[in-house]
Amino acid sequence: MNLKHLTNGLIKENPTFYQLLGMCPTLAVTTSAQNGLGMGLATTAVLVGSNAMISILRKIIPNKIRIPAFVVVIAAFVTIVGMVMEGFVPALYKSLGLFIPLIVVNCIILARAESFAFKNGVGPSVLDGVGMGLGFTWALVLLGMIRELLGTGMIFGISVLGAAYKPAIIMILPPGGFLTLGLVLAVYSVIKSKKAAAGQ
Amino acid sequence: MENASLFVILVSSILVNNFVLSRFLGICPFLGVSKQVDTAIGMGLAVTFVMTLSGIFTYFIQYFVLVPLHLEYLQTIAFILVIASLVQFVEIVLQKTSPTLYQALGVFLPLITTNCAVLGLALLNIQYKLNLIQTVVHSVGGALGFSLAIILFAGIREKQVIADVPLPFQGFPIALITASLMSIAFLGFTGLV
Repeated sequence: MNLKHLTNGLIKENPTFYQLLGMCPTLAVTTSAQNGLGMGLATTAVLVGSNAMISILRKIIPNKIRIPAFVVVIAAFVTIVGMVMEGFVPALYKSLGLFIPLIVVNCIILARAESFAFKNGVGPSVLDGVGMGLGFTWALVLLGMIRELLGTGMIFGISVLGAAYKPAIIMILPPGGFLTLGLVLAVYSVIKSKKAAAGQ
Repeated sequence: MENASLFVILVSSILVNNFVLSRFLGICPFLGVSKQVDTAIGMGLAVTFVMTLSGIFTYFIQYFVLVPLHLEYLQTIAFILVIASLVQFVEIVLQKTSPTLYQALGVFLPLITTNCAVLGLALLNIQYKLNLIQTVVHSVGGALGFSLAIILFAGIREKQVIADVPLPFQGFPIALITASLMSIAFLGFTGLV
């Protein structure tokens, strides 16, 4: 067991800020911190399941048809997660809507299957899934918090800025999604270049 | 949307509910292959082709296979398989029949399988309970909306290459902020239909 597999996805190779994968759900569901959290955890569940399953099957799946095989495994897990969510958290399931079945085409999951799970054992693959999933989750929660705070004055539905704050509705509309991610990426690149300069 | 006229569906799927800028579907190719107008046009063509076909195919799968057999819960798996094999099929057919078009679309075809706009469109068609003709119009409209957005965006990004962008904003950040401004412009279409 190597903890590096776990921490890799959290910061250094964060799927959202570093690899820029899975942009559609990142932008679409981050209208509130709660939606971001729900989407992140659902994706994590699928990612861990599919990574484990693909790692188990990696000696059986022929190399030539590996992509369709991956897609079927991922789609099966997405269907399971979708049903579980519909049963236990129907409100969240409704607000995420179309983007639950669309987890299938989230490039993060296929990318991890192809570049990690297909080449590594079950243990590291599960850790990698957890790390990448949680890296995606905190990125979504961060974006959701910024947008919810500026767009409604609340975080996780609790008023933070008080009644005097006039919400900037644009932040929870589509343009706010692009804008927030663009600004956060700019901050990320400043931090990265500062770190690189300090390291020299 | 059930009784909406075909023209309303077309306009709303191109402009008001633009797939990229207001529904957030197909962001990966939108950001990834929009550095040049030429490649953006290629991607737009390929997506239009596949989206229209897959819209029609998934309609038949849903109403002639899944519903009669009460297998609606297999929708996601069935649709993604249909789309993946359709993309493969289109690739093989184009290679044999029209090498020029195949050359032009070449790289973009396999990428389309993981374009969430294609699966998203198929699921939306079912959700809105569209009939076959409405499905075709909605598919074509959605695909044209995607092409419109990606070609406009590529045009702006081509100009950005020669602009003096502050260092932290170079690359993706400025692209996203540009997309945000385009999205504001498309918000202006709200209420058109």
